[in-house]
Amino acid sequence: MNNILETLKKLWLESGFMGFFESGGWKSLLMIAVALVLLYLGIKKKFEPLLLVGIAFGTLLTNLPGAGLYHMSLWDAYVYECPYDVTYDYALYNTAAGHAYTQEEYYYYVAARGCGYTDGQIEEYFENQARTGRDITADFQTLATSADFDPAVLSDMEVIEKLTFTDIAHIGGLLDILYIGVKAGIYPCLIFIGVGAMTDFGPLIANPKSFFLGAAAQFGVFFAFFGAVLLGFDGNQAASIGIIGGADGPTAILTCMLLAPALLGPIAIAAYSYMALIPMIQPPIMRALTTEKERSVKMEQLREVSKTEKIVFPILVAGFVILLLPSTAPLIGCLMFGNLLRETGVTERLSDVAQNALMNIVTLFLGISVGATTVAARFLTLNTLKIVLLGLIAFCFSTVGGLLVGKLMYKLSGGKINPLIGAAGVSAVPMAARVAQVEGQKANPSNFLLMHAMGPNVAGVIGSAIAAGFLIKVFGA
Amino acid sequence: MDLKMNLGDAAIDAVMGYAIVFLGIALLVLVVVLMGRIMSRKKPSPAAPAAVPQPAPAPAPAPVGPAAPGVAGELKLYDTPDRDAAMIMAIVADELKIPLNELRFISIREVKK
Repeated sequence: MNNILETLKKLWLESGFMGFFESGGWKSLLMIAVALVLLYLGIKKKFEPLLLVGIAFGTLLTNLPGAGLYHMSLWDAYVYECPYDVTYDYALYNTAAGHAYTQEEYYYYVAARGCGYTDGQIEEYFENQARTGRDITADFQTLATSADFDPAVLSDMEVIEKLTFTDIAHIGGLLDILYIGVKAGIYPCLIFIGVGAMTDFGPLIANPKSFFLGAAAQFGVFFAFFGAVLLGFDGNQAASIGIIGGADGPTAILTCMLLAPALLGPIAIAAYSYMALIPMIQPPIMRALTTEKERSVKMEQLREVSKTEKIVFPILVAGFVILLLPSTAPLIGCLMFGNLLRETGVTERLSDVAQNALMNIVTLFLGISVGATTVAARFLTLNTLKIVLLGLIAFCFSTVGGLLVGKLMYKLSGGKINPLIGAAGVSAVPMAARVAQVEGQKANPSNFLLMHAMGPNVAGVIGSAIAAGFLIKVFGA
Repeated sequence: MDLKMNLGDAAIDAVMGYAIVFLGIALLVLVVVLMGRIMSRKKPSPAAPAAVPQPAPAPAPAPVGPAAPGVAGELKLYDTPDRDAAMIMAIVADELKIPLNELRFISIREVKK
């Protein structure tokens, strides 16, 4: 009977439920509530459901105490040479320091170092202990409770080496392993192949002037970057926050992963949430900055673009932009490769895979592994609130930048260009173009702006990749 | 290492970054326009006479009724490819039993739900 009770007690004590009663357990509960809200927004409100549902479920899994699917400390040790106090994990320590300690030996080691023992003395103890069979747990307790034990000594200990992907694949959980795809920059680039395969650059080739609207709508990126520095973020973090204004999820994830990986969770959530909210964020700004007369402008039909032009375009853009800003190579290279698959006419199968199967599989892995980074200890900070606010500012000012240059083009063209298409320059393909179409039609029911807005819309993808390339170049080192 | 930036440096980086985006895009526009020009120059002009001698035309079938006058006006297409427009016009003419060149189409527009 005692054994049964002991077993039940052990089961309860080792269950994840106990984690909620430990120090900081309420944070996990709060994050689970956040995950449920995100699931509601994704499923019920259809806010970018393909990504948000995955991100929300990743958030849920990573904040269930004891699940052990994702380890923040492993990724800290991948990025930095970790100080000792973040490596209270014997498996991690063994991998990093080349030891083969058991959990008990590791605890003894930490306590002995805290009491001022040298590595040589500790090794000697282990050798003796193996021969004599001393109770290592009792010795550890003696050291840990001794008056000589000084936790401050631990912080002076040498840092451990950085971990590699192989180390993490050996000792990490499932989401750690999936997250390698984000960390190595693989998922965002694969998604860009799919985006390229789904994008028709015809309207942009037919009206190259709309490229400028895609550039103008990067205003929010740099405005939010400045705002982030103002709020106390460092350059790398500010650059990662600013790129939310590019309204391009994969670009934001890649930039953040390279410059400020610790902020990946909140930045990805802010970027995808605001992209879903574009139909609510943009229209008031569009109506405030344009007149009824400007919004009702009907644009001339675009010229027909030949197949050869469509084939040459991705080759030309990839070569030219990558030579101009080599740091854009992963994004622009993959985007244009995907587009070439679409336009050649001889790679239909590959184009089909890129648009559907590949895109879906990568979206699945990307969503859940990005969600996994929203560990309560990292997510529930004042910085997350600042990021959410700056992300909104970035989106708004990107819209403003596109609209203002749209108005300028309206004046210069003698009223032939509808400034609303400038707002579509914020990427978020094709949502932003649809918003321009809807607003244009409200002002003039016979107005069809969709194809005209697609030009700036896809130009925004290229513009945000150039902006990201610049920020990575400047802050990446 | 202290990574904090001062506001002056941040402002310079922001302005420079925005300018670089515009510069990159401006150069890209130049390249795309150039590409468009080269491509359109290579395209044979529809008005140019064909260099290859045409075979003698087959005798035309006897007309059923008097020839209808030419098509008047210009057709505007909104979000409709030429091929689809041609098919739509042919179907309408067939359904109405009126020769195509007696009908006048003003515009064809794809209705999206």
